[in-house]
Amino acid sequence: MTLKAPSFTVAFALALFVVAPLASLVPSAAFALEPNEILADPVLEARARELGKILRCVVCQNQPIGASNADLAGDMRVLVRERITNGDSDEQVLAYMVDRYGDFVLFDPPFKSTTYVLWIGPAVIAVFGMFAVVSFYRRRKDDGLDMATPNPQAAPLSDEERKRLDALLKEDDE
Amino acid sequence: MLINREIPAFDLAPIKGSDQGWGSKDLAGQVTIVNFFGSWCIACLQEHPFLMNIKAQKLVPIYGADWREKSVDAGPRWLARYGNPYTRVGDDPKSKAAIAFGVAGGPESFIVDKKGVIRYKQVGPIYAGVWTEKLWPLIQELQKE
Repeated sequence: MTLKAPSFTVAFALALFVVAPLASLVPSAAFALEPNEILADPVLEARARELGKILRCVVCQNQPIGASNADLAGDMRVLVRERITNGDSDEQVLAYMVDRYGDFVLFDPPFKSTTYVLWIGPAVIAVFGMFAVVSFYRRRKDDGLDMATPNPQAAPLSDEERKRLDALLKEDDE
Repeated sequence: MLINREIPAFDLAPIKGSDQGWGSKDLAGQVTIVNFFGSWCIACLQEHPFLMNIKAQKLVPIYGADWREKSVDAGPRWLARYGNPYTRVGDDPKSKAAIAFGVAGGPESFIVDKKGVIRYKQVGPIYAGVWTEKLWPLIQELQKE
């Protein structure tokens, strides 16, 4: 009985420190490739797999065609293989798909006139945001709303205002 | 995508029970609608009565691509049950034509002019609004060309 507890601990430790790290070594991009899709020529097959990582499955949520089980993704994998077998370059295959499905079909959209907003938009928004925050706090200071640091530029009280203030303070004392 | 470009070259085999498929060459010299559908596609059934009307009124020939049926009987059975609005139907079990046209889901329709150039792409079902506002005026214009 005394051996049982330690052996469980050992098994748990093994799972935690040996099996889990090993599992993480397995490439995370799973291949949904059907065995009958694979090309006999290993060079072409390697190219097809690289293209399969670049091309988006257009009916999936953020999955490349190489990792998708969708029917259309399978048909696209087959088409990619057909085209490179018939002598298409990688660029020609990608151009064929972009012609039909737009830049959306590429996981990494190119930087060009129709996509530059996509690329630099977040940076522009971040700069505007910082500018807005800085100017907000500056203005607050200028307005004298920041009580901790009195605004030296604020106009001094007029005689009338001073009289009212004195009266109010006196009221308080009574 | 592929708007104002020539239709890709392809040939579709006939569906079961028919001896006539169709290909890109069959569209030459006339304005046509190329429609991708499937018996599995719910929105295609929604659009279907509209296509039947277009056929009944002989407004424009519709060429159908029966896309990715699970069995060879599914498409013909669907057409027999609900009616066949197509001038010709071709079988596209492996998405050959669908990918060539850049189709992602069913139904999708393309208006092709007499020279075989794609002039409009309708993603999703054809319905009265889009037909009267866009498709039918464009088709009439193209038929005059």
